[in-house]
Order: sequence, then structure tokens, then C-alpha cells
Amino acid sequence: MNYVTTVIIGAGQSGLAMSKHLADRSIDHVLIERGEVANSWRKERWDSLRLLTPNWQSRLPGYAYNGADPDGYMDMPEVVRFIQGYAETLSSPIYTGTRVISVRQTEIGYRVATDRGEWRCETVVLANGACNVANVPKAAECLPTAIASVTPMEYRYPDQFEDGGVMVVGASATGVQLAKEIQLSGRQVTLSVGEHVRVPRLYRGRDIKWWMDAIGVMDMRYDETDDVRRVRRVPSLQLVGTPERSTLDLNALRALGVRITGRLAGIRDGKVQFSGSLGNQCTLADLKMNRLLESIDAWVRENSKDGEFYPPHRFDKTLVDAEPQLGMDLARDGIKTVLWATGYRPDYSWLHVPVLDRKGRIRHDGGVIDDAPGLYVMGLPFLRRRKSSFIAGADDDARELAEHLSATLHRLAA
Amino acid sequence: MTGTTAQTTTEVNNGVNVEALLGAREALDAAPEAAQFKWRTTCEWVNGTHCRSTVSGFFGLGEEQSRGKDFTIEADHPAVFAAEDNAATPVEIVLSGLASCLTAGVAAVAQHRGIQLHSVTATIEGDMDLQGILGIDDEVRNGFGAIRVHFDIDADADEDDLKALVAQSQKRSAVFDIITNPTNVFVSVN
Repeated sequence: MNYVTTVIIGAGQSGLAMSKHLADRSIDHVLIERGEVANSWRKERWDSLRLLTPNWQSRLPGYAYNGADPDGYMDMPEVVRFIQGYAETLSSPIYTGTRVISVRQTEIGYRVATDRGEWRCETVVLANGACNVANVPKAAECLPTAIASVTPMEYRYPDQFEDGGVMVVGASATGVQLAKEIQLSGRQVTLSVGEHVRVPRLYRGRDIKWWMDAIGVMDMRYDETDDVRRVRRVPSLQLVGTPERSTLDLNALRALGVRITGRLAGIRDGKVQFSGSLGNQCTLADLKMNRLLESIDAWVRENSKDGEFYPPHRFDKTLVDAEPQLGMDLARDGIKTVLWATGYRPDYSWLHVPVLDRKGRIRHDGGVIDDAPGLYVMGLPFLRRRKSSFIAGADDDARELAEHLSATLHRLAA
Repeated sequence: MTGTTAQTTTEVNNGVNVEALLGAREALDAAPEAAQFKWRTTCEWVNGTHCRSTVSGFFGLGEEQSRGKDFTIEADHPAVFAAEDNAATPVEIVLSGLASCLTAGVAAVAQHRGIQLHSVTATIEGDMDLQGILGIDDEVRNGFGAIRVHFDIDADADEDDLKALVAQSQKRSAVFDIITNPTNVFVSVN
């Protein structure tokens, strides 16, 4: 039996940032990691993936990107080297190749059982990320078995698919990126589009992520939002990191020949049904984008910085067919593969503490888990701030949760 | 990022009790069983294509709800269908349902966002190729080929706010969902 004050589950950016802040407070701890440091970046991403945030935004506590291309977007090997490099600056033990089997409450804290032994501890930080399992809609069960059904977890590059049509379901960051590269591989893509967030890569000459940081939206706190559950469900921005800094919205995909349809409503007898609400989804996305651009223009005016940037401009509205397709016969339209870019969720199957809501989500207040003193979670969308699930968000969240954890330890000791 | 205006809701009155709706939302979030509603109507054939539907009670908040009065909706077909034109057609009633749901939604969202409405008119047109229902061409559907809705809104808000109102109304409209997405219908006899 091993004893330690804190067990951190997961050695990605969140776990490592927490490790730094705990070490700064002299709180002894270990990290448990099922694979290698930065495992998800190494094992669960596709070959061409780059960060959609510019490199200068990749910061961890006391550590920053110092490469040659601060305005560029790191590819996966670079991200792994970046995070691995950070891990090497830390001194607490990281037990790699170690899988958590269960976390249970005890009288004085928690018992973490792994496939290499048990730990007893007073506090646990769940830093296993938000993307352990791909969400696949129930409709996937109705796909004819001859059609390949794939999630982004298994996707690496277009040629792993047979020749023929591909239906990509979901038009957030993953969906638009994969739709583009699969279309360019010579496979006709049909992209099924529900709720999505449209942004340009560049606005008034600057990266949109630079703007979002500058005007303060990335630092917006969860307790300052009108509806925290709504903001935590906002889909990932339709962005891609490319050297050309190109914008990847539905208009760009349409120009490449991608067919755009409405949200997948159902699959029956080899036929797919799409919602007739595509027009409204595109209107909602265009309006939301324009509200962001207005906020940016207002910030520039209020700070008297108009001379520093190109003048305000707007983008063409999202084109929608006069008669969007409402259905598709999978066989007749030559669809060989369906790629479910329909989001991810965390895996808490090993968390045997009753802290989940009726939909399997952790109940927490800014990362402090309800009804479980000493149990924390990191790395979820808008956990404490809009930037919480980004690499740069780990530092502030880790600092604040470490402070809370420290206060909890003092209370438990008293 | 929501499109709220600077006005406070106490100055704005579109006749929608937003506080009650938000309270209901909170209560039903905590008790999802109470959110399971059943809406009903009973239709009696009168003569020819003339029918009379009666709406009385519904189920919701865990129990039967009665209103103390019934509502009647009649339907018929027009003279060009060799019928007696006693009432609007079922498809016109469906379009009215869509228009009503979207318009009510505009009022509710406007109230919530502090936008004072002065007038709202929704004009709807649905295209129908009769070769479907007449069985002339089985590649033609029975229902609408397309539906167009146009809103004329006079309100204390700018064009973008009004577009956002109408977009949000669709996002949360029951009839919009009913029409744009498939629904299972089970029909039994005697």
C-alpha cells in the first residue's frame, strides 16, 4: 500500500500543471498515467492534426513555447515534445503505463487502485481530460453493416478508407478539418451540419485567437456566464491550424466540392434523413460570429486602437442551397464510410464515487467536485474559464484548485 | 455570447411572463419526470371532408390537466377539391401551427432579451405538388416541398437583434422541430 497526499490521474497538460502548483506548495503527490506523458496527443489524434491555437498561446506554469514560429500551429509530434519537455522540468514521480482501475472514498480520503498497485491519499485530481471516448449517436446502430463506421479516435489519414463517398457527421473543428482532407483525397464528402460555431482565422489582420485573448473572452469566468451549462456545451470553433492561416468554414468546404446537408435526424433501411433546419443553423452561426466581431470592434474603439489594425470588415454569409438535401440513399450515393465527428466525453467508468449527474457528467463547481471533499477535476470545457480546456488554461485552473486543495488539507487536519 | 440589449426586462412588456418560464425550467430540470407532457385532440367526422377536432385536457407535471373549457378546430377542403369549404384545410392548420409557434417564440425571446415588440406578422407559404396526394406520381411526396416563413417585425431593436430573435425562436420551437425532423406516428383501429 502506498500513501501520498494527492494522486493526480493523467499526465497531460492539466495533470502536469497541477503537479507544478502542488510542488510549489510542497504538497507531496504522484501522477498516474495509463500511457506515456501527453498520451492522448500521441495516440488518439490524426496524422495531420495541428493545434488550432497559435504557438505563443501554448504556455504552462513557468514554461512557454520558444520555437521559431510563435504565430504558427504545432503539429502533434511538436505538442508531445512540448509537453514532454515540461514533464522533464518537474520532480514529482510520474507512473506511466499505469491504468486506474477504481477510485473510491475512504474515511479519510480516497483509495486509488491501479493495475500496478494501490494508493491511499487524501485528495485526488482527475486530469484525464474531456476526450476519452468518442460520442456516437444512437442512429449509428442503424447503419448497414457493409458501411464502415469510424470515429476520430481511429482516424489517422484519408487513405485508410476505401475509395468512395464518405459522410462526415458533425461540423465543428474535427468535422470541418476531416471533411476537407478527405475531400481533397478524392473521396466525395457529404457533411451533415447541426449546431456549429463559425469564426474566421484572421480578422483585421490578426489571428482570431489573438483577438479572443486580447478582448478577454478566454478569461471569462464560469460564474460570470448567463447559463454555465449552455456555455460548456458550445461546440469547438470551426478552425484549423495551417501555415497559410486559412479559414475553414462551410463556404470554404462548399468551394472544395463538399456537399452540405442538415443535421442527421435518423437512419432507416439504408436511408439517411437530414433535418430541414440547415438554414437556421447557418443563420445562427453567422449571427454569433458577427457578435464576436462586433465585440472585437468595440474593444478596439474603446481602447482607441483603431490605427493599429486593418479596418473592420465582415464575411459573406454562409451559403445554403435553395433546396438542401433532406435524405440520402447510402448505397445509391456510394457512401462507403461514415465518420462520426460528433464529439467526445470523458471516461469515468473507474470513478466509484457518486458524483455524476443523471447524464453521467461530473457535478462540480469550477472543478471542485460536489459532495466529495478533496476530489477535483480539470481540463473540462469552461471548467473555470473559457480557456480551461486549452493548454494555456491549465495554469490558472491548477493554481486556483491547488489553493482550494491546500485549504481542504488544512481543514481535514484540524 | 447572447444578443441581449441594454434595456431591462421591467421596462419591456410583451405579455410574456418570463420569470415564470425560467422558474418552470429550473423546477423541471430538478424533476424531469414532471416535464413529460402529452398533448391530445379528438377529431369527429362531420360530413364529406369536414371534421371537427376538440382539444380539452392534457397531461403534464405528473398529472392530468384540465382547462375547464374545450377548444374546437374545424377542418374541411375547398371548392376546387369539390368539397364544401366549411373551414381551413388540415395543411393550412399545420402552417398556422408553425406560424403560431414561431411567433410566440419571438415574443418570449424578445421578453427575455428586453426587446419591446410593437407588431409581429409571420407570413407562411408552403409548396405542395398535388401529384403526391392524388397518387399520380409516386416520386412526389404528399407533404410540402418547401415552406417559407417571412417575419415583419416592428420593435425597439436593430436588424441584427431581430434576426437573432427569429433564429432563436426556431431553435426552441416545437412545431419547427416537428416539421423539420422525422417523428414516429403509430395508428391503430378499433
